[in-house]
Formats: sequence, C-alpha cells, structure tokens
Amino acid sequence: MKKFLNDPADLVRESLAGLAAAHGDILRVDAEAQIVVRAGAPVQGKVALVSGGGSGHEPLHGGFVGLGMLDAACPGEVFTSPVPDQMLAATKAVDGGAGVVHIVKNYTGDVMNFKLAAEDAADEGIGVESVLVDDDVAVQDSLYTAGRRGVGATVLLEKIAGASAERGDDLATVAGIARRINERARSFGVALSSCTPPAAGKPIFDLPDGEVELGIGIHGEPGRRREALGSAHDLAKVMVDAVAARACCRSSTAWAARPRSSSTCCTTRSRRCCARPAWCRRATSSAATSPRWRWRARR
Amino acid sequence: MPTDAVVRDQTVIAWLTAAEAAVSDRADYLTQLDAAIGDGDHGINMTRGFAAVGKALAGQGDQIPPGRALILAGKTLVSTVGGASGPLWGSALRAAGRSLGDAESFDGEQLADALDAALNAVVDLGAAAPGDKTMVDALGPATEALRARLSNGGSLAEAVDAAAEAAEQGALATVPMQARKGRASYLGERSIGHQDPGATSAALIVRALQQAVAAEG
Repeated sequence: MKKFLNDPADLVRESLAGLAAAHGDILRVDAEAQIVVRAGAPVQGKVALVSGGGSGHEPLHGGFVGLGMLDAACPGEVFTSPVPDQMLAATKAVDGGAGVVHIVKNYTGDVMNFKLAAEDAADEGIGVESVLVDDDVAVQDSLYTAGRRGVGATVLLEKIAGASAERGDDLATVAGIARRINERARSFGVALSSCTPPAAGKPIFDLPDGEVELGIGIHGEPGRRREALGSAHDLAKVMVDAVAARACCRSSTAWAARPRSSSTCCTTRSRRCCARPAWCRRATSSAATSPRWRWRARR
Repeated sequence: MPTDAVVRDQTVIAWLTAAEAAVSDRADYLTQLDAAIGDGDHGINMTRGFAAVGKALAGQGDQIPPGRALILAGKTLVSTVGGASGPLWGSALRAAGRSLGDAESFDGEQLADALDAALNAVVDLGAAAPGDKTMVDALGPATEALRARLSNGGSLAEAVDAAAEAAEQGALATVPMQARKGRASYLGERSIGHQDPGATSAALIVRALQQAVAAEG
C-alpha cells in the first residue's frame, strides 16, 4: 500500500509535530510526554476532559483537543494503548481544580493503562472520573469476551461532554452526561478492505474483492461474518438492524428473543423501556422508521 | 526444607537480562502468534519494554536490593510497553518486588511468595481466570509447580526448573482454549487452535528465571 511515510518508528512523533505546527492557536504538543494539550490549559475552575488511545485513528484524539472538546489527548503507538505516564502528565497539565474526566474506549490495554493513571492521579490529589465507551454491537457483552468495543460514539461523547464542561458543569455532571451518551449510543462497523499498519507494512487480514466483513473492529478485529458485498441498501439494513436490536435496553436479558425486524423490534422495545420511553420513541423513529430515513435508504 | 540456595541481587539482574534476551530472540515468533489472534505487536512491545528495563537497571549501579530491582523493572515496563502487556507485566513485577521488600537475598519460599504476588497482581488487573487463554495459564501452573517442588524437598534450582517446565506446558495447553479475555476474545471460537502469545512470553520469562538461578549455581 502506498503511503507518505518516513521511518515508521518516527510516525507518531512526526505527526504530532505536524499537528502542533498546523494548529498552534488551538493546542500545543508536549513532545517529551507525548501528549496534546489545549492552548491555555489548565482552564481554572473547568472540568477537564482527557482521552487517548493507540494512534492510527486520526483525528481521534489529538484532532479533538480544543475549546469545547478535549483538554488533552494521549496518543499511543499505532494501535497500541498509551502508557499511564502520558495520561498522568496530561491529567496534571489540564487539571484546573474542578477535576478531570478520563474518556476510555473499551479495549483491554486502554482500560488497564487508564486505571493505573487514575490511581496515580488520585495519589496526587486530582479527582478523576473514568467513563468507559463501549458502543460496538458487533461484540456481545458477556463474561466470555472483553466486552463491546468503544468506537464511533467516542466522537459524539467527546463533543457533548466537552460542551457540558465548557459551560461550567461540575465533575459529576460532566461524567454523568458522558455515561448517558454511552448508554444510548450504538455502532456497527463494516470493512471493504484491511488497513496496513505502518510498522507491519502489510494488511492485517485478507478480504477478497467483492466481500465485506460485517462488524469489523477499528484495529481489524474480526467481525461477526463475511459476506458478498451487496447493495448499499442491503448493507444499511444489516447495520441498522444490528444497532436497533441493541439500542436503548442496555442490559435486557431478553434481547435474543427480540424480533430482528427493526420496526417491530422498536415497538417491542419502546414498551419495555418504560424508564425512558420518550427518548426511545425519538431515537427509534429517527434511526429506523422515519419516512425520511426510508426515502434515503431507497435511493 | 532446603534453604541452602538463596536468590541474590545478581540473580534477579541476571533473570531480567535473560528475559530481555529471550523476548528479543523470540520477538518474531511472539508477533506471529499475536498476529493470528491479536494485533501482531506482542514481540515488538515486549522487546521495547525489556530493553528499557535493561537500560534502567544499568543506570542503578551494582548494589540494588532484588525487590527494588523488580519494582524498577515493573515501573519501566508500565511506562514503555503500552497495550495490555505493559500494565500486566509491570504490575506483576512491582508486586513481586514489594513482596521481597528490601532484603538483600531470599530463599525459595520467599521466591514462591513473590511469584504468587505477581500472579495475584495480574489476576487483579486483568480479571482472567485459568482457562481464559492468557498469561495466567502459564504463570498459574508455574507458581504451583514451584511451591510443590519446594514442599517436596526439592532444591531451589529444581523448583524453578519445575516452574519453567510447568509454564511451557501451560502455554502449550492454551492451544485448544477459546479466549475469553483481551483482544483474542473477539474471535470467539476462531481463537481455538492458536497458542496464546501472552502465555508464551510468560513461559519465556519463567524459563529466564530458571536460567539465572542455574547460572548462579
């Protein structure tokens, strides 16, 4: 695969230098600590948001540092979790006295490294709330897996929780909003081809022309199954059905018995979700059953 | 119980040096195992971490209590490896080091206690149980074999040899298991038939301990 690339070992460092050069008005890069920090941080009295993860998912997370979103980002090596030193340095750099929210995508390495960093931060007297993002419905959340992965909801969560922090909400409120967003967000990924990590230099998996992998993870983790690439309409139905079947009722034990058709499923579900029926109706109508959506899907 | 043989600071340094050599020599193999059921960077990450451990220890001079050396090694792994292996091995070695304290030497029982502490740290952080196809499936049998051999009157050298053997058998035993923790768990049944890279590197590191103790005589 063709890439604009120098030594792969320098990729993360060089790309951070580029980010700083292009957006010095918004953020700064601490090359020593390998973190991206919002310009003017720490903002006194404001809850700070720190996220991070392996590199290779840009603009996650460094591209979302700035007013109204993240206060700091910790980029790890490509597809490898950052280390607690980075997270602790970021936490200390942005703590304005109101506490720090760690936004952690549900991957084993990210969870462990952020856990150690939160313990270190607590030792230094900084209040940290950790929020886990796990929206990928391709993985069943069970005792037999590492749980659903954190993917697309991360962007929405960082934007909305960032706005909450920017308007002056306190730590518990910002973290609470972030957790509500995660509880109500679901994603499903589809891959047309494998990525090629720079250090490996070859694709992670072989996906023949004419096939798609349904439920792929963002590091090339295998999905639920492969099948022939059908029409966009067919693909959209698979994805929306997968998301709608898991939306709203987070921990229902009855999900397996639900009908697969999204519209009947939504009807069943909105009755079951008595705690938040208004949201269920809104979300399911926009995601699956509104005339506008059907019109788009047909085209 | 034979307490003739003791583990000294040099033995721990020799262990960590042997571990660095082992993961570096077998880096491609570890990465291949990881590519099959993970993300194909285990050999690279472990090599980077243990190379940093070697540098950190070299900066400490000669006289550093074994427990302190292990804590330093653990902190270095946490700071340099990333992923899941960094926190897991870092916590394991830090716990082993704290278990040993500031003693300048220790016997087989204390070594068994330190390895138990390491295993407990891994289980606390990763919540893996035996049979989940993780490093626990190598470290668990190793700690049991070490203690069993010591309580049967075995020497320290025999006990660490039994531990290394048990770790290697444990790593092999992960082949038919279905992964329930970590990235391999996403594969479900497709993880069956592959040896777990974490259990494999764990067996290398326990074998490195055996080599260090054997070299000590």
